[in-house]
Amino acid sequence: MEALKRETIFEEQPAEGKTGVRAVPRGEIAIRGLQKVYETKKSRFEALRNIDLNIGTNEFVTIVGPSGCGKSTLLRIVAGLDELTAGSVALGGEEVIGPGAERGMVFQGYTLFPWLTVRENIEYGPKLKGIPTLERRALSNHFLKVIKLEPFAGAYPKQLSGGMKQRVAIARALANRPKVLLMDEPFGALDAQTKLEMQEMLLEVWEKEKTTVLFITHDIDEAIFLSQRIVVMGAGPGRILKTFEVPLPDKRSPEVRELPEFLALKRELGQLLKH
Amino acid sequence: MSTTSLTKASRKRPNRLQIFKEIGGRPFAMTASFSFVLLLGIWAALSYTEAVDPIFLPTPGEVVVEMVRLLGTSEYWNHIGISVFRVSAGFLLACIIGIPLGIFAGTFKYGEAFVEPPMEFIRYMPAVAFIPLIMVWAGIGEWAKILLIFIGCFFQLALMVADITRRVSHDLLQASFTLGAGRWKAIETVLIPAIQPQLMNTLRLILGWAWTYLVVAELVAVNSGLGYAIMKAQRFLNTDQIFVGIIVIGLLGLISDRIFAFLNRRLFPWA
Repeated sequence: MEALKRETIFEEQPAEGKTGVRAVPRGEIAIRGLQKVYETKKSRFEALRNIDLNIGTNEFVTIVGPSGCGKSTLLRIVAGLDELTAGSVALGGEEVIGPGAERGMVFQGYTLFPWLTVRENIEYGPKLKGIPTLERRALSNHFLKVIKLEPFAGAYPKQLSGGMKQRVAIARALANRPKVLLMDEPFGALDAQTKLEMQEMLLEVWEKEKTTVLFITHDIDEAIFLSQRIVVMGAGPGRILKTFEVPLPDKRSPEVRELPEFLALKRELGQLLKH
Repeated sequence: MSTTSLTKASRKRPNRLQIFKEIGGRPFAMTASFSFVLLLGIWAALSYTEAVDPIFLPTPGEVVVEMVRLLGTSEYWNHIGISVFRVSAGFLLACIIGIPLGIFAGTFKYGEAFVEPPMEFIRYMPAVAFIPLIMVWAGIGEWAKILLIFIGCFFQLALMVADITRRVSHDLLQASFTLGAGRWKAIETVLIPAIQPQLMNTLRLILGWAWTYLVVAELVAVNSGLGYAIMKAQRFLNTDQIFVGIIVIGLLGLISDRIFAFLNRRLFPWA
């Protein structure tokens, strides 16, 4: 509810960017009594049961849980890529019925369009919207800078490393100015070092671009480092076990990993996920 | 080579035949030319020694002389011209109808249901068996040959395009949806670009078949074309001319194939 208030206050706030980029739209996700059942003639599998979740405007929420707990399914339902069996998902008060540009998504696998250059990938969404060339160019310039890949503007995805590809995927989603950014284990396939760099970069981007993020991971450390709030899910059927506020400031450096608050939360989450 | 027993194992050259291992451009080219030379050598050995009756197997020298002579006549170039025309016409017609139909069948399940079962049925009917029917329908004019090449290519092409389309990464498609693409935009901006490199390879393959059907088409009731030239040579037991005809068709196929390969590299540097 608080989040709703925040949204109405900040809705029309213009951005004061120097790059000629428009104001970032704001949004709030409301998931109510969501259920997902896979049913065939012979079997019935309940993937998600009775999920209730609110995500506030510009909030960074992470869902953690063991594999098979339905966290990816939940995200895909919010994205509109999967259908729900019962309940509802709403974005800014409007019910979600299919995929749409206001819910940008970053997948675990590499989903850059291989026939488009890095710049063209970033401009894909804006181009669909009919944003004129010059404005599009300004957008892609801005985001190339944000992800620090300006020298690779003309490169094709196959020339990039895994981490670079995911950076472009994030930029591509953000350049479309979505109300929320949905991230499905985006760093799951990366090596440990790259993963840490990507987490820092993502926080920086979130700080700069101010957008709502719903992030899926099974990595507790990643969840605590990135998010303001953590939703823990359990399996069989997939459901929410508990929600944690992360007792850390929004501006974080890698050193927060050594803070006692961080470690305590890590221990608690670890205990919870053991079962 | 004198080596101590200690380092012998490590100094031993690894076997050149490693599974899937890349070899350089030079070894590849040299092996390829060796293979040609070997083929030519066997042919030369069999023909010059007259191990095979010269009436059945001409010598490479005779074939080259005959080839130079034939390629010096305008009549032979007319044969080549009309054959190229027939292949191109039949192939293009198959592309114009087959590619969109294949994309349609590969994109929508209803399309698949509508297009594929009947096509799967027809594609195993030998195109050659259609010749009598084609002659009834289209007579023995140009259309008959074009139609036979078309039938030989069209069904396979449409089914292969459908298959390529179906195999486009669903993740890419979903990414486009989350970026705001609707159905038609997704077809235009994801499916069609995604299938292009493989489509070119398929076209290369199908074009090869088109040349095969051309010869079949020209064996029947024609008085022009390379197939006809081969048939005529057979009637007079001019085996050297048969060889020339086959080699010319092979070269034409090779040229068209190389053009496709070149276009593929130029048009799709991202693949």
